[in-house]
Amino acid sequence: MREITYREAIGEAYREEMKRDKNVVTFGEDLAEYGGAFAVTQGLLEEFGHDRVRTTPISEAAIVGTAIGSAMVGLRPIAEIMFDDFIFCAGDQVVNQLAKLRYMSGGQLKIPVVIRMAMGAGLSQAAQHAQCVMGMFMNVPGLKIACPSTPYDIKGIFKSAIRDDSPVMIFEHLTLYDIKGDVPEEEYLVPIGKSDIKKTGNDLTIVAVSEMVQKALAVTEKIEKEKNISIEIVDPISLAPLDMDPIIESVKKTGKVIIAYNGPKTNGAGAEISARINEQALEYLDSPIYRVAEKDCPIPFAPILEKAVTPQEEDIIEAIENIL
Amino acid sequence: MAPATRDYKKLFKNNRFKGIWEGIMNKKLLTEMLDIMLRTRMFEEKVIELEQRKELPGWLHFYIGEEAVATGVVLNLKKDDYITSTHRGHGHLIAKGADMKYMMAELFGKATGYCKGRGGSMHISDASIGILGANGIVGAGIPIATGAGYGCQVLKNKKVVVSFFGDGAADTGGFHESLNLASIWDLPVIYVVENNHYALSFKCEGEGIRHVNVKNIADRAAAYNITGIVADGMDVLDVYQKINEVINDVRDGKGPVLFEAKTYRYKGHHLGDHEGYRTKEEVKKWRKRDPILKLKKKLIDEKILKQSEIDEMTARIGKELDEAVEFAKNSPGPSVENVTEDIYA
Repeated sequence: MREITYREAIGEAYREEMKRDKNVVTFGEDLAEYGGAFAVTQGLLEEFGHDRVRTTPISEAAIVGTAIGSAMVGLRPIAEIMFDDFIFCAGDQVVNQLAKLRYMSGGQLKIPVVIRMAMGAGLSQAAQHAQCVMGMFMNVPGLKIACPSTPYDIKGIFKSAIRDDSPVMIFEHLTLYDIKGDVPEEEYLVPIGKSDIKKTGNDLTIVAVSEMVQKALAVTEKIEKEKNISIEIVDPISLAPLDMDPIIESVKKTGKVIIAYNGPKTNGAGAEISARINEQALEYLDSPIYRVAEKDCPIPFAPILEKAVTPQEEDIIEAIENIL
Repeated sequence: MAPATRDYKKLFKNNRFKGIWEGIMNKKLLTEMLDIMLRTRMFEEKVIELEQRKELPGWLHFYIGEEAVATGVVLNLKKDDYITSTHRGHGHLIAKGADMKYMMAELFGKATGYCKGRGGSMHISDASIGILGANGIVGAGIPIATGAGYGCQVLKNKKVVVSFFGDGAADTGGFHESLNLASIWDLPVIYVVENNHYALSFKCEGEGIRHVNVKNIADRAAAYNITGIVADGMDVLDVYQKINEVINDVRDGKGPVLFEAKTYRYKGHHLGDHEGYRTKEEVKKWRKRDPILKLKKKLIDEKILKQSEIDEMTARIGKELDEAVEFAKNSPGPSVENVTEDIYA
């Protein structure tokens, strides 16, 4: 199978969906002529024209509001917010409007919006450009949330998100843009709300999201031989709706679970997953559920400090050693 | 539209369109204006009665006194044009054609309400007649209306979007972001500021403690290089005429308009508002300019309608209102089993 990068996979999904449905449009800061801050949308303007591909001023509330309003009247907009840190500039539009208008209208208003955001630390961007805030939005009913970890997943789920009539927030860890992975030429979709087993195993479950999936895979390669165990890696891909079934099945099999996620530890994705494992599979657990995540600390600037605050492979290894 | 293209202030001042207006201002239109304003006034008065008897849950915000604005604006719109409304939105909804039965049922929180009892007064929508939701967050409808305008532009459907909001909302970040965006993209949106001179308790313009530093909120249009218009929000004909003058240009993509209607709400912000921020004399002064009395007087003086016809209209609306309350009271409550329906599409 051919290999393409995560960034290229997003570009392909964009093109396929925009060719398929002329109501799919996209806009964001520096998105059109410049090609996007992360070069994801390069070439889209030339291919699809100014009506459907636009650069916006620095106006996040208007960007999200424009997505909502245009979706209500028949378009299928993809709004790009440059960093998920900036989504708070559009806080009301996301939390009070996008998530709630359909419900409050008794189901009359259909709001098929996709919000795409880059996120995450690793390049010394410091606290205001390095957050992973998916956990916060899990706490807002009405939003669908995905944080795909591979080129295959991002292409498939982005396409699903565009076709979904509900609002979907897609979080793209910026260290993933250049990674390569197998992506079929033929069309396929990855469903929202379905977890994926990235690697099967029998002795230990690692539930990992986004960039932590890549770290978990790297760790597994090293540790399995060393400790003579087999590790199962479950990637929820979507955090809302959250598919617990494969996770529970895995816990029943292994009895030991580590949840590895980005964002501060408190109230992040792992906190909710942990609570649900407790509710649904307590009797299968051989030990407490371990969580590997960022410290509850704003991401610092100096590389050594940034590394200390964010979850690294060593932290996963430490958790594995503790749990065994 | 850039202000340079038309000097609306001068045109309206000289009443240059008097002759044309006489043609447009026919009996049918004037009767419809009175009908909508009366309908709104009587609906609100009935709702106040019900709220005071504690028959309605939640909070209500009354449009009494402002009827000329919604009526004058919306009568210029086609059925499939869009509006966004506010927490003080019953007037917008009625003018756009919402059914009083389903509005009343929603206020009672019944399953037969527009929003199945899930939204209440501040969140009523009727997608079938272009009402993109009333909104409980001040100013939140403005970016949404802007988006609807962008959608209409891309779909090339020649529709217009009207965003209703108050003087308080014109201070929000979303207002400024939206006007800027609409001005650079020439979106078909008319931003209607219903300036009733108070953001809850905070006086709008004038001397001393105030929440804007400009004489007219419409003056802010200059900051975005678009047309700004000021209208007498207590005169339905003034509102109607001024919207009528600009709406075709907006529809044709010549750019957005900031339209300010100076009006007044007779009641407090909500029931229970102590209204310490204004005097009874001030309220009385504005009541003297009541839009419904003004229109009634014109219709009678110019022999367009007889008093008996107006009485008939009032009685008919009263009956419809009573039936709406009956319908709401007899409707089933929403089912608790379905409470988590329609979160996702």
